Amino acid sequence: MNWGSWDNFLAMGGYAFYVWGSYGVTLALIVAEVALLRARKRSIETTLTRTVSARGERGRA
Amino acid sequence: MNTTSEMRMGAADRRRYNLFWFSSPQTFFPLAGRLAPWFAIAAAVLCVAALYVGFLKAPTDAQQGESYRIIFIHVPAAWMSMFLYVIVAFWSAIGLIFNTRLSGMMANAVAPTGAMFTFVALWTGALWGKPTWGAWWVWDARLTSELILLFLYFGYMALHAAIEDPRRADKAAGILAMVGVVNVPIIYFSVKWWNTLHQGASVSLTRAPTMAATMLIGMLLMALGFWMYSIATTLWRARCIVLERERNSDWVADYVRDQR
Repeated sequence: MNWGSWDNFLAMGGYAFYVWGSYGVTLALIVAEVALLRARKRSIETTLTRTVSARGERGRA
Repeated sequence: MNTTSEMRMGAADRRRYNLFWFSSPQTFFPLAGRLAPWFAIAAAVLCVAALYVGFLKAPTDAQQGESYRIIFIHVPAAWMSMFLYVIVAFWSAIGLIFNTRLSGMMANAVAPTGAMFTFVALWTGALWGKPTWGAWWVWDARLTSELILLFLYFGYMALHAAIEDPRRADKAAGILAMVGVVNVPIIYFSVKWWNTLHQGASVSLTRAPTMAATMLIGMLLMALGFWMYSIATTLWRARCIVLERERNSDWVADYVRDQR
């Protein structure tokens, strides 16, 4: 497929809104899901670090 | 004569031959951590390849012009939405039959990604329906059953979240997931069983595909990419769930100490 120019590519033969609306939202959802997973992992690890160190101190005392 | 060597076959060897070895959250956790990045890399490579084929190799459609390029997301996302729902039901069933802890965690880890792909299938369908049918949405059998799938995912996650004890939540939500699986063949065959505005399958296992080879390759590459992505996110989410549920165990405490 030869688009000729960037403008032609971005115009998508007049269907830019529909095509880029599909790809854009999909990409945004994928990025959001990965970001949420990272936040979830960091959150549980922070909680665990706190509780484990609290338990450790109690163990030593 | 082999008795001594058989006797010496220690715990390590027996583990290797035991299917249930990795069904323990403690052994699954590091394995998932090692595997997930490879699936994520495979997903990225396959999706980039799919975009290359889809936008630079696949020809313009004779009837739909460039609007058909939505197919490279729409169809793989719809496949994944159904496939992942079956996986949720599968792990729920395994959990109910064998009473393994990890099964419920796996079902739980798959569901959000499945819901995401269901939404993507509906969203891209609306954006494709407008220029081709003149409507964002119609209540035909294919679209309606896919919307029900989205509600089944939401129902599964909401029911699970509403029950405090995770093991009981696994069982209750698992039964919902298993009953709801009946909707998957309804979605798949809806275009045959009813007169739908939605077109029939362009790709099936029994007939030659009714589309250009480059279009098909782009679609299959994206489907593989979405599949690998789903595995990566499932493994990452399962790791979070394992830590959350096993937070009071000694091995999690050891893991947290090792992290520091």
